[in-house]
Amino acid sequence: MYGKGLRALSLATFAALTATFALVFFYAPLDADQGFIQKIFYVHVPVAIVTLCAYVLGAIFAALHLRTRDRRWDLRSYVVIHIALIFNILGLLTGAIWAKASWGHWWVWDEPTLVSFLIVFLLFATYQPLRFSIEDPERQARYASVFAIMAGAFVPLNFVAVRAATAYVHPRVLGTTNGGLPSQMALVFVLAIVAMALLFALLCCYEIAAKQTRWQLRALRRRLLGSDAVAPLGRSAAPSLGEPARGGSVTRAPRNPAEAAS
Amino acid sequence: MRPSIALLRKDLLLERRAPEAIPAMLLFSVTTFVLFHFGLGRDEVAGQLAAGVLTVTLLFAAILGINRLFVAEQEEGGFDGVLLAPIDRTALFVAKAAGLFLFLALVELVAVAAFAILLLGPSPWPGLPGLVLVLALLNVALAVVGALVSALAIRTRARDLIVPIVALPLLTPALIAAARATAPLFDAAGASGPPTKWLAVLALYDLVFGLLAYAVFDFLLED
Repeated sequence: MYGKGLRALSLATFAALTATFALVFFYAPLDADQGFIQKIFYVHVPVAIVTLCAYVLGAIFAALHLRTRDRRWDLRSYVVIHIALIFNILGLLTGAIWAKASWGHWWVWDEPTLVSFLIVFLLFATYQPLRFSIEDPERQARYASVFAIMAGAFVPLNFVAVRAATAYVHPRVLGTTNGGLPSQMALVFVLAIVAMALLFALLCCYEIAAKQTRWQLRALRRRLLGSDAVAPLGRSAAPSLGEPARGGSVTRAPRNPAEAAS
Repeated sequence: MRPSIALLRKDLLLERRAPEAIPAMLLFSVTTFVLFHFGLGRDEVAGQLAAGVLTVTLLFAAILGINRLFVAEQEEGGFDGVLLAPIDRTALFVAKAAGLFLFLALVELVAVAAFAILLLGPSPWPGLPGLVLVLALLNVALAVVGALVSALAIRTRARDLIVPIVALPLLTPALIAAARATAPLFDAAGASGPPTKWLAVLALYDLVFGLLAYAVFDFLLED
């Protein structure tokens, strides 16, 4: 059965997000310099942290795929990078809004985190085109894993280079000890990170469950209606491990009543 | 090591008999300098601007070479030859990266001279030793990342599209470090040595991506 525990995870994410936003608006103190706009910090920074961790996670999954040759790791790597890309766009947009509000410009070049974030986005935006341009699913998975490993290692290295290149404007909330972040803010901030991580995990679980369900549905239709009734999948950037003769790692329904009985 | 040297010698021989990548990269670099002259509307550049023009031009020229790097292997069955031969597959990676490094060094020999004549304001001589060091480190970065990206893209449908869109973001940290390290060498007020901070970043980049590309290249050559 796919999507096990999705309901519990959904409820936990909903509760965590609601609690976080309630605390952001009613509990966390107003920032002395920036006022209300500073509250976007509780969205922007957690989104950015989750994005970067997710890219590294995608690289780890890709390495596991190359090591074990289990295509499910490729699926996980794909989904993690896919959702991380969406979070990345969200982080860029919230970053731009915050920059406009506190520094008066939509884009600030002397701000290493935002710039590295853009470069990382540009790199990972090529993940899907790369996958799409390789037809053989096995090779697609392998090449995509190689790319994901390189790109995952690129994330921290890129931050070193860009940070060294720019003057410090960005608030260093985590760098210094206690970072000048009051304990009330810190508490809400930690909760916001947990909520964003939960949201990320939830979206990944949903996508994996949706993909596996679709494959299972196709397999069932093929068995019931014959292979002619199911149109072959077109070229796709997404991994396709539920298709016949493409890796047998997906749990399948029993083929006939005798098999089901045993 | 010997298979790598044999493969490298094959590539160099090929390039000498039928010059293809090096002349193209060279012409491209010089044309780009002319374009920069008109695009920037300047007769002379110095400092950070000069460093940027030089490094960006070399980066784009390298993209041309990266695009062509595995074409012979793909079209004439060189991949099968390497897979059939009783040698380590990474020998091909080492040979290709070394070949690209040598190609880039040859191109820079002429391109930097052309740059100094056409565009550079201050005299290039005081900063030359530092420039050689920075370009050597930059070439290592271009060679290892280029060899990997080229192998990644060669068997995709949109080969010449995949190479630049993957390689350019991946090489951004190397470009940042190289451009910043080169800037003081072209300073209008007199050259000073390249900052060690940027040389260290560039060397770190070379090391990390060199080891990583060496480790994962195997997986690109399996079928």
